[in-house]
Amino acid sequence: MTLVDPRRDPAAAAPVPNGFGPMLRKEDGRFVRGRGRFVDDIDLPGMLHGAVLRSPYAHARIVSIDTGGALAHPKVRAVITGADLERRGMAWLPTLSHDVAAVLATDKVRYQGQEIAFVVAEDRYSARDALALIDVEYEPLAPVVDARRALDPDAPLVRDEVPGRADNHVFDWEAGDAAATDAAFAAAEHVSTCDLLYPRVHPAPLETCGIVAALDPVTDRLVVHCTTQAPHAHRTLYATLTGIPEHRIRIVAPDIGGGFGNKVALYPGYLCAVYAATITGAPVKWTEDRSENLMSTSFARDYHMHGEIAATKDGRITGLRVRVLADHGAFNGTSQPSKFPAGFFHIFTGSYAIQAAHCRVTGVYTNKAPGGVAYACSFRITEASYLVERMVDVLAFDLGLDPAQVRRKNLLRPEQFPYRCATGWVYDSGDYPRALEQALEMAEYAELRAEQAQRRAEYERTGEGALLGIGLSTFTEAVGAGPKKQMDIGGLGMADAAELSVHPDGTAELRLSCMSQGQGHETTFAQIIAHELGISPYAVNVVQGDTDRTPFGLGTYGSRSTPVSGAAAATAARRVRERAKLVAAAMLEISPADLEWEAGRWQVRGDPAAGASLAEIARAAHGSLELPDDLEGQLSGRCVYNPPNLTFPFGAYVCVVEVDPGTGQVRVRRFVAVDDCGVRINPTVVEGQIHGGLADGIGMALMEVLAFDTDGNHLGASFMDYLLPTALECPSWELGQTVTPSPHHPLGAKGIGESATVGAPAAVVNAVLDAIGVRHADMPLTPAQVWSAMRGRPLRTDLAVR
Amino acid sequence: MQLPAHFEYQRARSVEHALALLSRHGPEARLIAGGHSLIPMMKLRLAQPELLIDINEVPELGGIEITEDEIRIGALVRHTQLLDCAEVGRSAPMLHDAERVIADPLVRNRGTVGGSVCQADPSEDLSGAFSALRAVADIAGPAGERTVPMRGFFHGPYQTAVGPDELLLRLRVPLPAPGLRTGSAYRKVSRRAGDWAVGAAGAAVTLAPDGTVAEVGIGLTALGAREFVATEAEDLLRGQRPTPEAIDAAGRAAAQHCEPVADQRGPVEYKRHLAGELTRRVLRDALARAGGR
Ligand SMILES: Cc1cc2nc3c(=O)[nH]c(=O)nc-3n(C[C@H](O)[C@H](O)[C@H](O)COP(=O)(O)OP(=O)(O)OC[C@H]3O[C@@H](n4cnc5c(N)ncnc54)[C@H](O)[C@@H]3O)c2cc1C
Repeated sequence: MTLVDPRRDPAAAAPVPNGFGPMLRKEDGRFVRGRGRFVDDIDLPGMLHGAVLRSPYAHARIVSIDTGGALAHPKVRAVITGADLERRGMAWLPTLSHDVAAVLATDKVRYQGQEIAFVVAEDRYSARDALALIDVEYEPLAPVVDARRALDPDAPLVRDEVPGRADNHVFDWEAGDAAATDAAFAAAEHVSTCDLLYPRVHPAPLETCGIVAALDPVTDRLVVHCTTQAPHAHRTLYATLTGIPEHRIRIVAPDIGGGFGNKVALYPGYLCAVYAATITGAPVKWTEDRSENLMSTSFARDYHMHGEIAATKDGRITGLRVRVLADHGAFNGTSQPSKFPAGFFHIFTGSYAIQAAHCRVTGVYTNKAPGGVAYACSFRITEASYLVERMVDVLAFDLGLDPAQVRRKNLLRPEQFPYRCATGWVYDSGDYPRALEQALEMAEYAELRAEQAQRRAEYERTGEGALLGIGLSTFTEAVGAGPKKQMDIGGLGMADAAELSVHPDGTAELRLSCMSQGQGHETTFAQIIAHELGISPYAVNVVQGDTDRTPFGLGTYGSRSTPVSGAAAATAARRVRERAKLVAAAMLEISPADLEWEAGRWQVRGDPAAGASLAEIARAAHGSLELPDDLEGQLSGRCVYNPPNLTFPFGAYVCVVEVDPGTGQVRVRRFVAVDDCGVRINPTVVEGQIHGGLADGIGMALMEVLAFDTDGNHLGASFMDYLLPTALECPSWELGQTVTPSPHHPLGAKGIGESATVGAPAAVVNAVLDAIGVRHADMPLTPAQVWSAMRGRPLRTDLAVR
Repeated sequence: MQLPAHFEYQRARSVEHALALLSRHGPEARLIAGGHSLIPMMKLRLAQPELLIDINEVPELGGIEITEDEIRIGALVRHTQLLDCAEVGRSAPMLHDAERVIADPLVRNRGTVGGSVCQADPSEDLSGAFSALRAVADIAGPAGERTVPMRGFFHGPYQTAVGPDELLLRLRVPLPAPGLRTGSAYRKVSRRAGDWAVGAAGAAVTLAPDGTVAEVGIGLTALGAREFVATEAEDLLRGQRPTPEAIDAAGRAAAQHCEPVADQRGPVEYKRHLAGELTRRVLRDALARAGGR
């Protein structure tokens, strides 16, 4: 008897490994058929719809808000303003970075697109229509747009609601040994300096943020369906903000259409929807549109960096020093470990043996949206990696050396691991020279340099033809945050949990605290269990996203799922295996010491025919078998994994571009990426992550930017203005790999979600600048920027082009 | 999701019907063809028409016809149809060059030639291309049909010769007399595939039997050229031998006489440079196609 149609059973379609190896993603069946279920697909009976009124000004005092017109709309049920929230003490919410942020503006608006009022109506069209019926009187104020002017004595004050505040300074933070670094510079044979901007960009997930908030009148619980990468952390936050205790809150993240850190924060619209559900007694949905997402939700980067690199004349680096001006927008709302105001930027010595290093980061307020830590940045390692990879090229440029040669001279050597860098990170493992040599070989570096010289000569002779550029990036990542005693988010330690239950028939359910946004957890984590228990990945149901059904943990961002939750899952599975051994011993009436594990079964050492498969053991564990007193029945295990250290993936990238000197247009001809993320659980999933990150790199290097004009108008509020790369801008990626297992991760795996986003931008920028022979110009290298840079007048890309 | 304001909808069955609906409902009614310009504006609530008159099923507006002396392109011809028409590619290759770089296949499958020129966006590639080709527009209105040359069709950004109670029927591209060597080409610089032009140029050249330029049309898109054309550059070339020096001079004239504005696509200086650079390049391409070089 069977109800399973073998033709529709994916397990039957293609053989899959009982463990690691390439296999199609289990979740893709529903995604490619359009059967994913996202927040905006949820439709509850009696559901109302919210819309947000936003500020047209970057900086203005609110004189009055008249909601009368909107309330008179026949389909409008409620209009919420900051004053309403203020009465409940909810007009401001604490951020994860020791600041507060406005939910709905009360006193003034501090960036264009800031939330002012929330309309609740019977349908989403009416909610939108009613926004135009709200009258807000503004008194425009001068905005702080240019971060470099934010600390000027006459700069307008962004946060004048804070008593005693006299400037736009957020924090100063430093890492490394300043005195030792100064000494290294004083003694240096050569020093190169360079100002570089990593401009404000946006993660721009395909699915924008949204929520359906409902109060269950029967159970008196708040049920929130939401686009969140961190459901459990959100539950804690909602409890803090609303006063509803955690056991009466359920957060459900259904399928998520991309996050990249954009869906870590808790946004004003969410809180308004929860509030609206409370006052109307009906479920309330709010889905932001594309412009709202680009204008008001977590941006990324916005680091103005002054780098200095000290070296010997032959290119051995002796010191690295950076001053950073960090534009945090109107509220310090970065989502990151609470003791790290500049994230992990201080891993900025990258892959190089640099004895002396020091960085100093100053955060400032401006009239722009808050955020800063997002877009696959590994808590600001993108900025750090870009800084050092660019500085190495600047050094090579100034000394007239080959950038590959300078890297060879300075890369850490395998015997130096574990390596404590000048700012205190302990790199777990790596073989950097091997990755670099492999990448150079794949790219045929010497031949490329010859072609470059030939094209350059041709251009100089005829004024025609494309210029060739070759750019390198040998980056190091640090992911898998992190050890509880160093790292917490909002007071919650960064450990994650996994719970595994084996059913009576030997199939299993794995419950995780992390939450996929497209990374393929349903496959990768099933393969981890398959690897540990010797069963098919199709025999493992992976549950995530629902706080009622999963154990507590901090979620998915910073490439931490495999390093932390993956370790938890593997450990839980090993505990199940050990328990299965005891059950098997009882079944076989033999000492556990005489059993050995072999391909999904415990068998008697020396008599492999005598043994029990996991399914048989599971059946027995749930059955009437008499078990030893200290052994519980059933078959399950759990683990809360507190990582001993981060994992340190790395890579060596070579980007080859052609530049049309007459128009400034760039074509990426080739991209060679050698990545090492330790053991690869599903190589196909890993490659998919790398492909995405490389595309991100091309996007940031060549086209993505959020710029602002002098009035603080946001100049990237649609996909016509904020450009994401398409398949046409991406070459066919050429991937290579080395495998240096992490010594402390149970599977030897390291995170891979953000490596390429961290490593790729510098490779592309280095290639373009190499082609045109320019020392430095800031991203994005649009045709106009390339052309201007060739004329010695690169544009300031964070401001409106004039 | 971005949501438009309330609107009514009617489907026109014929040109006559569409015109009747336009006069009945006045200026708050708008024609909709492919909708790829109008609907985004409605979603952003930059346009809030009270009535949409759908002309997608008006049979008279479709089809491409090629005669001895002209190409007739119905207003409702989709970008894709123009691109797929091999004869257009032979007679006016500039149109294929341009179509290849307009938006993406999704937009090209729906967007129409008529909608493009009636939108009169300063960055609309076909505006530059048809102006270079000296096309003419046939317009229908309550008083009957009239013809307006492309150079005279655009009254400013988002403004055309087509009145609120009128409708564009077709564009007609004149073909040079048989026997004359002719070629045309279009090039665009954009920040990314599918992006609107930073700047673009198109050139159509017809050579006299003695190798001099009998007629030339130069179109500029997104570069602030009056009526999308570089007349000064055309005047410099007409009657001359198309030597590299003459081409350079034409490029300089095109750059000098356009008035680009700075935006996130680039500063004025760069766009002006592009006007010259692209004019030179498309003139060379067009001449090569004419076999004149
Ligand atoms: C993502 C995207 C990218 C794009 N990129 C480019 C690009 O790179 N280059 C480029 O040139 N264009 C580009 N476009 C524009 C595209 O080419 C035009 O949107 C489209 O062709 C306009 O035609 P339509 O049929 O869609 O017009 P509609 O949106 O239907 O109409 C546009 C306007 O013309 C009017 N109209 C339409 N037909 C007639 C008629 N027969 N008579 C009188 N008035 C009429 C309408 O009332 C409306 O005002 C892009 C569009 C999108 C959405």
